[in-house]
Amino acid sequence: MAAANLAPPEGGNARLAAFLGDGDDVSIYRAMLLIRRFEEKAGQLFGMGLIGGFCHLYIGQEAIVVGMRLAARESDQFIASYRHHGQLLACGADPRAVMAEMTGRRGGLSAGKGGSMHMFAPECDYYGGHGIVGAQASLGAGLAFANAYRGDGRVCVCFFGDGAADQGQIAETFQMAAHWRLPIVFVIENNRAQPGGTGEPGYLARRGAAFDIPGETIDGMSVEAVREAGARAIERARSGGGPSVLEMRTERYRGHSLADPAKYRRKDEARAAQAPDPIERLREKILSNGLADEDLLKRLDAQVRSIVGEAAEYASHSPEPNAADLDTDVLI
Amino acid sequence: MATQKTPEQTLPQTPHEMIDATVYVLMPALSPEMKSGKLAKWLKREGDRVEAGEILAEIETDKATMEVEAAESGVLLRILAPEGAENIAVNTSIAVIAPGDLSASSSLALCTQAADDAPGEEEEFLPRITVREALREALAEEMRRDANVFVLGEEVGDSQGAFRITQGLLQEFGARRVVDSPISEHAFAGLGVGAAMAGLRPVIEFMSFNFAMQAMDHIVNSAAKTLYMSGGALNIPIVFRGPNGSRARVGAQHAQDFSAWFAHIPGLKVVAPYTAADAKGLLKAAIRDPNPVIFLEHEKLYGQSFPAPREKDHLVEIGAANIFRAGRDITFIAFSHGVGLALKAAERLSEEGIEAEVIDLRTLRPLDMKTILGSVAKTGRCVIVEEGWPQGGIGAEISARLMEEAFDDLDAPVARVTGRDVPMPYAANLEKRALPTEADIVAAARKALYLKA
Repeated sequence: MAAANLAPPEGGNARLAAFLGDGDDVSIYRAMLLIRRFEEKAGQLFGMGLIGGFCHLYIGQEAIVVGMRLAARESDQFIASYRHHGQLLACGADPRAVMAEMTGRRGGLSAGKGGSMHMFAPECDYYGGHGIVGAQASLGAGLAFANAYRGDGRVCVCFFGDGAADQGQIAETFQMAAHWRLPIVFVIENNRAQPGGTGEPGYLARRGAAFDIPGETIDGMSVEAVREAGARAIERARSGGGPSVLEMRTERYRGHSLADPAKYRRKDEARAAQAPDPIERLREKILSNGLADEDLLKRLDAQVRSIVGEAAEYASHSPEPNAADLDTDVLI
Repeated sequence: MATQKTPEQTLPQTPHEMIDATVYVLMPALSPEMKSGKLAKWLKREGDRVEAGEILAEIETDKATMEVEAAESGVLLRILAPEGAENIAVNTSIAVIAPGDLSASSSLALCTQAADDAPGEEEEFLPRITVREALREALAEEMRRDANVFVLGEEVGDSQGAFRITQGLLQEFGARRVVDSPISEHAFAGLGVGAAMAGLRPVIEFMSFNFAMQAMDHIVNSAAKTLYMSGGALNIPIVFRGPNGSRARVGAQHAQDFSAWFAHIPGLKVVAPYTAADAKGLLKAAIRDPNPVIFLEHEKLYGQSFPAPREKDHLVEIGAANIFRAGRDITFIAFSHGVGLALKAAERLSEEGIEAEVIDLRTLRPLDMKTILGSVAKTGRCVIVEEGWPQGGIGAEISARLMEEAFDDLDAPVARVTGRDVPMPYAANLEKRALPTEADIVAAARKALYLKA
């Protein structure tokens, strides 16, 4: 068993509550910063050889998951792709366990058996973490199906990228979700890295049109824009209005995975200038509106760095799984 | 109402499809209190043409008698409850009608086939049920027992199931729990896994396991691996079920045995029953199992009847093989439809004084090696029967395990009787040669016994 999850969220989802704080700009800034710093640290550990295989960073896309988490209720389910460290943190998973999973340690969220791409935190209503491009769409529809089946008012928030949007099962899933009016929001994180994508704004928001699924194109670099659109779509799903598509225009600042030098990114510098960093953007707003001063933001950064440092420390020193763990958890 | 009508169908193309398009005549109730009755008399015989409204049979209880009418014109394909049979429960199928205008020759072929499919039917009438009814009962009982159980697949609801396994479920449980899916195997398999993640107990029907190839990703990557990849945090209690294996005259893409494919995957349990009682007990166990279970049925078995299980809540343990017939000279290992062939081969050899032990594997993963090893230790010889291809097959696996674990017990090389190593041909004569037969098993046994062919 996942002895792993060394510190499950105490009473309800306390870590989620701490992550979101009061939901004010400063708390949101801190939440996004935590993801940013966590991913930067993951990049460092990868460079040091402590993280193996694939490691897909979320840097640049933080506003999306934080905005959606703010729009959702605690009991709504989240499901995502392999690029999901941000989702894990935003759902209240323990940063130490997440990092230790990446280093393949016993204290990892999946006891070291899942790796960066395969982590689950059902106690936080987070359902992975899926390595097969597009899989989470059908799986997410299943979570939403269960919500509708039980009539419990929960909504599934399902994240996938512009690449996954071209998978056949997305169309199949849209059809079922629309037909059964499933309570699900499809969040397409369009970081425009998909070869063959048109890049034309709105082309993914229209992907659901043939199924009568409404879509919107949102500035995914603005946490407020994400939060507002997310709240509308989630409310629509919760009130029986069925699925929607939110195309989040975003920028992934790093390669597809750390194994990808992202040479194709260089020519996109101009693009990046048009889409300012979501964290910088919020920082400027906070300072110009006097919501906090430089000093407070520095202290927040130090606090975040300390959490991340602790996670890295834990992930570097947690022992490897026991040899006997190899054969457990195949069947119950 | 004595007869339950099935919805409109396109004209049947093959004898097997004709059987699929059949209407079951159910034991009617004379009153709400009536639980069972006697089949007093059949007024029609198998193969007879019947018109809608025509009297088929008379039934009686200790209080009254009643006539059973045909609700559909067609051919009386098969009588399931013989004249004089008593204590037939209300709603048990008592006969099968093939609706429409069948020619005399095709109806005759159907009747012959029905007879072929049901060896030993002449025996004295005991409570018997078909595999189809057994599966239906298992689903209904588990759905009554656990509100988290639901059935989803193509044509499972309005159409009552492509093979009538889900007949009546929509009426009892409603569209919320008997869900007609679009033709989207990939995504509805994934949807099922997602629903299982949320704690429901989905039973996903594939109209045929051939179509499950589209869903292989979710079966293997999502259903089978999640428990492991989550370090034990998230289990997937789901059943994928449907017909697997050969089917008459449908060609290469609709008649394949994928048993070995699924049995290859850690994280799955794989079940392939032969008898009705096992079909029922294993399906109920599969639905209650916290792991993903692949439940492989066989179209050629759906209409076969077997003694009904006696217990009310009949469960069969997953992972336990059954010694179907005891014998001292040679072990036959088979599963699903192959068990019938192995039993026939055993009967034939018995006439020569050779007694074969027939093991019905029932579960293909985990394999019940204890039962297999115990039998081979006794007989020293083994023939493994499967419809699937030889390379990497169930027989190949068991053969390797016997070599590893029972080398000293073997008096002859382990033999495999498998499907031919080709895609399934369409032509009747080639198709017959592509599938294992009773004669093939007898020949393999004689070779293993060093007897002349």
